[in-house]
Amino acid sequence: MRETIIHIVTVLVVLFVVLNIAAGLIWVERRLLALWQDRYGPNRVGPFGLLQVAADTIKLFFKEDWVPPFADKWVFILAPGIVMLTVLMSFTVLTFAPGIAIADLNIGLLFVLAMSSLGVYSVVLGGWASDNKYALLGGLRAAAQMLSYEVFMGLSLMGVVLMAGSFSMSAIVEAQRKMWFVVPQFLGFVLFLIAGVAETRRLPFDIPEAESELVAGFHSEYSGMKFGMFFVGEYVGVVLISALISILFFGGWLGPVLPPIVWFLIKMFFFIGFFILLRAALPRPRFDQLMDWGWKLMLPLALANLLVTGAIVLAVR
Amino acid sequence: MLATATILSELQDRFGVESIAPQPTRDEVPTFWTPREKIHEVVRHLKTQVADPYKMLYDITAIDERVRTHRDGEPPSDFTVVYHLFSYARNEYLRIKVPLQSEALNLPTITDVWPCANWYEREVWDMFGVVFDGHPHLARILMPKSWVGHPLRKDHPARATEMGPFRLPEEKQEAEQEALRFRPEEWGMKRSSATSDFIFMNVGPQHPGTHGVLRIVLQLDGEVIVDCVPEIGFHHRGAEKMGERQTWHTYIPYTDRIDYLGGVMNNLAYLVAYEKLAGIKVPPRAQVIRVMLAELFRIISHLVWYGTFAQDVGQLSPVFYTFNDRERAFAIIEAICGARMHPNWFRIGGVAQDLPRGWDAMFKDFLKYLPPRLVEYDKTIMKNRIFKARTVGVGAYTLDEAIDWGVTGPNLRACGFEWDFRKKQPYSGYEQFEFDIPTATHGDCYDRAVVRVEEMRQSLRIIEQCVKNMPEGPYKSLEPLSAPPIKEPGTMHDIETLITHFLGVSWGPVTPPGEALGAIEATKGNNGYYLVSDGNTISYRTRIRTPSFCHMQTLPNLCRGLMVSDLLAILGSIDFVLADIDR
Repeated sequence: MRETIIHIVTVLVVLFVVLNIAAGLIWVERRLLALWQDRYGPNRVGPFGLLQVAADTIKLFFKEDWVPPFADKWVFILAPGIVMLTVLMSFTVLTFAPGIAIADLNIGLLFVLAMSSLGVYSVVLGGWASDNKYALLGGLRAAAQMLSYEVFMGLSLMGVVLMAGSFSMSAIVEAQRKMWFVVPQFLGFVLFLIAGVAETRRLPFDIPEAESELVAGFHSEYSGMKFGMFFVGEYVGVVLISALISILFFGGWLGPVLPPIVWFLIKMFFFIGFFILLRAALPRPRFDQLMDWGWKLMLPLALANLLVTGAIVLAVR
Repeated sequence: MLATATILSELQDRFGVESIAPQPTRDEVPTFWTPREKIHEVVRHLKTQVADPYKMLYDITAIDERVRTHRDGEPPSDFTVVYHLFSYARNEYLRIKVPLQSEALNLPTITDVWPCANWYEREVWDMFGVVFDGHPHLARILMPKSWVGHPLRKDHPARATEMGPFRLPEEKQEAEQEALRFRPEEWGMKRSSATSDFIFMNVGPQHPGTHGVLRIVLQLDGEVIVDCVPEIGFHHRGAEKMGERQTWHTYIPYTDRIDYLGGVMNNLAYLVAYEKLAGIKVPPRAQVIRVMLAELFRIISHLVWYGTFAQDVGQLSPVFYTFNDRERAFAIIEAICGARMHPNWFRIGGVAQDLPRGWDAMFKDFLKYLPPRLVEYDKTIMKNRIFKARTVGVGAYTLDEAIDWGVTGPNLRACGFEWDFRKKQPYSGYEQFEFDIPTATHGDCYDRAVVRVEEMRQSLRIIEQCVKNMPEGPYKSLEPLSAPPIKEPGTMHDIETLITHFLGVSWGPVTPPGEALGAIEATKGNNGYYLVSDGNTISYRTRIRTPSFCHMQTLPNLCRGLMVSDLLAILGSIDFVLADIDR
């Protein structure tokens, strides 16, 4: 009984913290982008504009919950739910610090990959159900992009799994006590970082939205809180990928002096900042260039990385 | 004018004296009349047969002559269709006029000689109702399909107050919307191929990538563009019609709004034409002030293009940097002119006022400020590998194609042709300045960017020379036709001078009859004003030839077979302004 209560509390706390970080990120991103772009960003609502997010959320809630008459109604409503669901489900297997985890599955990593694959559905269905040409093109682009980047995303992580000998998050972190995996698995790290950006559909991999080409891509027809779900889903995705990078390659909660959870948060926020910087700095490649790159460069590299790591692990044993 | 004599006598030898009737004009552009039966043959001959051929079709327009009084020595006509050709080899314009009578308003098309005649002929049909026989798609281009009448005819009202109140009942609204529906069959497009059904997608009129109200209908096979139809006219404000109701000097503010990123550059184009027509000499100080401000506006326009082009290929930040720089340039414009985007600062025979105290310090600051910023942009934009991957080899035309389509300005120079009207046909004293003509080789999106970036540096050079060598003297000509006149100390004490001054300000100059073409190297290419005076205080016909119009017409050629993302890169790279296209 007591364990059940602890579990429920953990679930609620994680959910609360993750959603708040994601919402807070909207403010962080807008302020950081503004800083890098010689402007102010939101600075009017509350101290430093911190309440901007609250104001935006209230606004989104009070918007008309509109479904276009030409849309496929139920799929249209379902799509934004899928994105939130799959991304939040991934958080269940993350180990934030010793003892702070919802479920430390022994196939944790596989579960995350499975969930992120399911996430594609939201974008494709959203684009399809809108019955809008821009949304359709956006949805198709998203499907192509996420499927191709999924392939080497999983492969790039197999090196880590080989070295740790486990799919469990806590075991992977523990295996990094001597050395962070970013050193032996640098290639894997780079590949995963790129795949991670593609997975969250952020610049330079935001071609499904590509606002200068496709207006808003797959969510052109969405408004109100349904749009809000896509929007927050993207930020939860950023949090997820940043958390994964710190756990898999940068020793998760490991670090001197400070408590483990603080180390974890520091690392995670570093990568979140990096994601935002990417958005401020890079242009967007073309759709076919992105595919070329994924299949012809990243996939062979991921395979090579896996092969070499496997050989070395075998030889050392 | 030896060259004039040569080309005219050459044509007379070939087509007979009765078919080629010369007309003297104030701008000394060789001008002749030819009957409509001959026009096609004459034009083809000029493009292909003569030595140093006229390779570029510069403009086609028309004049409604029915209420004109001064037509000495011209053949009688109700409407006159006017062709302007340009020869790069001769560095000379040529004007051909075809007289038409109201009962037979038709003449053969020349779209088979120049593909770019297509839009010009559509515009003439739209505005004057002149039919071009054999034209592939003679439909309205600037006015809505449902429009009744031809606006530039003299009997068409010019003001809303002359047209009765506007009403939009539901049936009319639906009919108008239905008229906007795109029907591929009208354009000879198929709805499907052997393997796939095409998507027809509206890009615009409201779209973040079109930089204004422009509609491009794409025929898509997946994401590949099979063909596209640019639809313009949403930004049409009848600038040419307004030219026929404003006095010569009160039309200047309207020109500001043609290429609204070019500011005083538009004033300059108009005034170069008008000052030729009126025979006004501009004092040196005024000329240098004009050049200095025009070049500053070239930089301002290019900065907007730079940032938005980067944004079109997905780079979010540069647009904020370049707009910041533009603000600094606007601060100077504001200090001198009191306004920013539309300063309306040039006057007939000079500029509105002398430079304020401290103007040179502002320029010096800016000259110091901008070059390091440009170096930084080189690093963040031009040398960025993703940016290059998006633009190198995309949307290229060859030099011949570019000339054939009437492309001018940076887009032409990107094909490797060193041609700048500031150097080749200097106006406003450009011959006194040292600057280079930047060129590139491939004519693709990236090269168009290379040329523009370098042009900003050259403009800075010109401005620097202006600041260093600003001549002393009057800022405005004292000639009687240069309106509005300067108020001299005695003006308000003497009824005679007061009346003269009052008329000079309100009516402006009574301009001797005649016609003149003034063309300059504007921010986006060759911008020309063709003015016809009937000896009055207002223009009889004001024709505005803008570079963006024919650049937009080349769009389908540039983007066939490419992808939707490339379309945006191309749109960004050709640097157009919708107001400049639609006028």
